Amino acid sequence: MLELKNINYKVDNKYILKDINLEIKDHEFVLITGPNGSGKSTLVKIIMGLIKPTSGSIVINGYDITDKSVYERAKMGITFTFQTPVVFKGLTVRDLLCISRDYYYDDYIGRELLRKVGLCAQEYLDREVNNSLSGGELKRIELACALGKQGNYILFDEPEAGIDLWSFEDLTNIFKSMKKSKKSGMLVISHQERLFNLADRIVIIENGTIKEIGSKNKISKYLKNIKCEKCMRDCNE
Amino acid sequence: MNKDDNDILFNILNEEISEDSIHNIRKNGETVSRHDSDEISIVSKKAKQGIEIYVKSSVKNQVVQVPVLLTTEGFTDVVYNDYNVSDNAEVTIVAGCAIHNDCEITSMHSGVHAFNIGKNAKVKYVEKHYGCGQIDSNRIINTDTIINLGKGSSLVIETVQISGVDKSTRNTIAVLEDESTLEITEKLMTASNDNVLSSYKINLNGINTKANLISRSIAKNNSCQEFVSELIGNNKSFGHIECDAIIMDNAKVSSTPKIIANSVDAELTHEAAIGKISGEQLLKLETLGLTKEEAEAEIIKGFMK
Repeated sequence: MLELKNINYKVDNKYILKDINLEIKDHEFVLITGPNGSGKSTLVKIIMGLIKPTSGSIVINGYDITDKSVYERAKMGITFTFQTPVVFKGLTVRDLLCISRDYYYDDYIGRELLRKVGLCAQEYLDREVNNSLSGGELKRIELACALGKQGNYILFDEPEAGIDLWSFEDLTNIFKSMKKSKKSGMLVISHQERLFNLADRIVIIENGTIKEIGSKNKISKYLKNIKCEKCMRDCNE
Repeated sequence: MNKDDNDILFNILNEEISEDSIHNIRKNGETVSRHDSDEISIVSKKAKQGIEIYVKSSVKNQVVQVPVLLTTEGFTDVVYNDYNVSDNAEVTIVAGCAIHNDCEITSMHSGVHAFNIGKNAKVKYVEKHYGCGQIDSNRIINTDTIINLGKGSSLVIETVQISGVDKSTRNTIAVLEDESTLEITEKLMTASNDNVLSSYKINLNGINTKANLISRSIAKNNSCQEFVSELIGNNKSFGHIECDAIIMDNAKVSSTPKIIANSVDAELTHEAAIGKISGEQLLKLETLGLTKEEAEAEIIKGFMK
């Protein structure tokens, strides 16, 4: 189990995240949603070790990893996909897939990973992971790396960003298949209803705090209320 | 040539030279092995040190290896090599220089190269520089290269200087006639107190000429690199210069790309970027399970690939 205990993160004395407590069970699919700037990405970055929390702890199976480096967390089985994929001059898709597989790699594995994310291996394995690739292509390569690395807990920061509507069903199928395989727990930041349907639990974060946790039905009611409240407020203004 | 020589040469050739391949090996100022053919002849110069290589029109997809080796401590070698490639020939030339020097007296190799490429000929020139030994700042490799590209010809140059050369000055001047193409990829890595100056002057004289100059370099420790390039469009032509450098530690890198259009139909572009390895790139690879040092090594390996 991955546990977040009383996580706080402050910048210039202002809370970005306040008193976050959350558990992600093995093989559970937890989806995080909420308004822009509410602290969702910060939270997953804290779990990966990209940002150090001001206070609180992160625990995996009873083992405190709060002071562990990014590399150590990766080795412990935490995988992270960036919302905006990083580009490299010189490193190819094959290179990244090979690294993600801890160098246990051959092109058969590479082809399978790329096929799963809807890319033709012949066309992409030798391509440099640079700005000549579109946002959608980079995002798929990012997902292929996450699939290659696997891990006990995979953190996805808006996996749908940059993926076109026509390909969205493929993306949904990837998550369906990952959920079905029960190999990893998943924490997914998303605003897409199709992914809401797959989630075991949905967490709403607003202004740096958890506002609600529950099933899709429970959350839907909450979201509806927020919309109504907002409408009322807008009308009154 | 002994086993040590072959080992050092392997660093610039990536393979051993077989007796029946077309080659000329120069060691400490003398030719120690040569094999040529009716189609590709290798002749020693009479007035100067060096060789003249003549490639006949009938040559297709053949390889010539002309490495230079310096193992005598404190040796200075100046060599003049001419590559004369006839019309329509297709050839790959693998050259380079390896210096082994353990003493404090400097060893130096200066190569003066002239390429005379005939009409519609296709040439690939691969050149690697490598140095090894216990003491730094005593291995120098300089090159002066003059290129004349005939109508419709093409020349692809790949130069690599990865390690062990303490000082280097590389000057290249090219003149392109109608419809000819020049593609240069330069890869440099400097460390400790290495100092490299690399300069190019490419004259796009003919109509529909094309030139593409790409330099990728990494400067570590206290090393210095200077990249100066000049692309001159004198006719309807296309030219591009790209200079990317990763700077580390206390190194210094200077890049001066210059483009001059003397014709309204010349299309010339340049881009230059110097910067350290981005934190995001390191973090990305760390999320995939590499330490910071391993991530840095992968990024450098990829960049110089």
